[in-house]
Amino acid sequence: MRHQDGTKVASPEQIQEWMKQTMDWIGGIAAQNKFVSGTGLPFDDARVVLKQNSNNVVTNGPFGEIKETIGGFITVRAESVEEAVEFAKGCPVLQGEGNSVEVRKIARNDGIH
Amino acid sequence: MRQQELIPHLFRTEFRKITAVLCKLLGVEHIEAAEDLASETFLAALETWTFKGIPENPTAWLYAVAKNKTRNYITRNNVFSTKVTTEIIYSRRDKEEIEIDLSEQNISDSQLQMLFAICHPSIPAEAQVGLALRILCGFGIEEIANAFLTNKETINKRLFRAREKLRTEKIKIELPSAVEINNRLQTVLLTLYLLFNEGYYSESDSNVLREDLCLEAMRLASLLTDNEQTNQPDVNALLSLMCFHASRFDARKGENGEMILYHDQDEKLWNQELITKGAYFLRTASHGDRVSRYHLEANIAYWHTNKTDTKEKWEAILQLYNRLLQIEYSPIAALNRTYALSKANGKKAGIAEAEKLNLVNNHYYFALLGELYTGIDNKKAKTNFKKAFELAKTHPDKQTIQKRIDSL
Repeated sequence: MRHQDGTKVASPEQIQEWMKQTMDWIGGIAAQNKFVSGTGLPFDDARVVLKQNSNNVVTNGPFGEIKETIGGFITVRAESVEEAVEFAKGCPVLQGEGNSVEVRKIARNDGIH
Repeated sequence: MRQQELIPHLFRTEFRKITAVLCKLLGVEHIEAAEDLASETFLAALETWTFKGIPENPTAWLYAVAKNKTRNYITRNNVFSTKVTTEIIYSRRDKEEIEIDLSEQNISDSQLQMLFAICHPSIPAEAQVGLALRILCGFGIEEIANAFLTNKETINKRLFRAREKLRTEKIKIELPSAVEINNRLQTVLLTLYLLFNEGYYSESDSNVLREDLCLEAMRLASLLTDNEQTNQPDVNALLSLMCFHASRFDARKGENGEMILYHDQDEKLWNQELITKGAYFLRTASHGDRVSRYHLEANIAYWHTNKTDTKEKWEAILQLYNRLLQIEYSPIAALNRTYALSKANGKKAGIAEAEKLNLVNNHYYFALLGELYTGIDNKKAKTNFKKAFELAKTHPDKQTIQKRIDSL
């Protein structure tokens, strides 16, 4: 789940509403027995380590120069990429203009995937 | 109490105690013998009491006879010469008489230890529940067969294999080490959970049998909360869940034994004492850093102890189901979650979510769709209820669905 602009500050009510929508979305996938695991990545206490003039520089949060941030990821059990895409379409993150959900396979360590 | 009532009553309460103590005493090699000795004790009671009348203290009489029969068995079969129980010979060598301890304390200790032995990971879940019913709850083979909707031979085979497994795996009847308790506790809890559900959702027609199963599961869970080592948050959460469910026993039974669904129940028939107990155990469960499925299910059950339909209530229930399904999927949880979602987010959202579940072999699935379409598209509601009717297996279920069809 990618957020286009992490600097925007939302109201507590708005955050609560997003939380509910996210939980309902994940619950809906779990109700189809397709949920494997989920990891939310909150922005508070986030740091970025970057290389500047051959030094490692630590900054607060990923929101300085980079526009796009990752809000979290979930792992689902899908029959096909099309099914996974259908799940992704329901993600509440997509309500934000410019946000995106990327669908990726998990490497199986079998030398092929 | 007259003899016809007294013996079955004592059988209910004492058979399991005698069996557990004897299993513990004789070791896992002799589980069947322990069951037989306990059965023979009751047979002796039936024969003797018919002629000589009921003794002054029937329980003490049973214990004395059980002790005698056990001593004879030990001498006759030279039980203590077998390898498994060598420790017992050494520890008892100088004692003239073998001590058979039927005190309250030893009974509950033996039952608790037996519970952990039965829940050894090498024994399949079905057999664990069966063995628990036989040895820890004193159920007859026929009663177990009824509870599982199968025949006596199947149960006998299942129990035989389970006892065999206990023997070949050389499982000791003891409370495992603290680490092993934690490893095995989840299996123990699952067995008790299944035992309770077997009663609560059983398709068996006998209401008495159903309630007995539930009460036995609660009794065994209480053994765990009464013991310091096993009195853990998960256990309290499970017992809390059982109390909340059991509080609705009387309310969910109609005059003709038919099932009354939650929203048609008379709240005045809910057992307040059990609800209070449930709340107590839920509070006790709220320690530690792990939220188990039992915590979530107990919380859901807690919200159901208040029948008022508020948005807050259904929102809370929905979020609990969302979390529960991430830990432990089950079709029934998926259906209940969808119902809660329709209450919290509206029927249209509910229908959209329900259609995705696609549980086409489950009559509850079509009953839910019927319920959600009611008032929105009654024709679709009827089609779904009819499918549910086709798939429903029991008479009470069909009756309930028929009522919904008629009301459309």
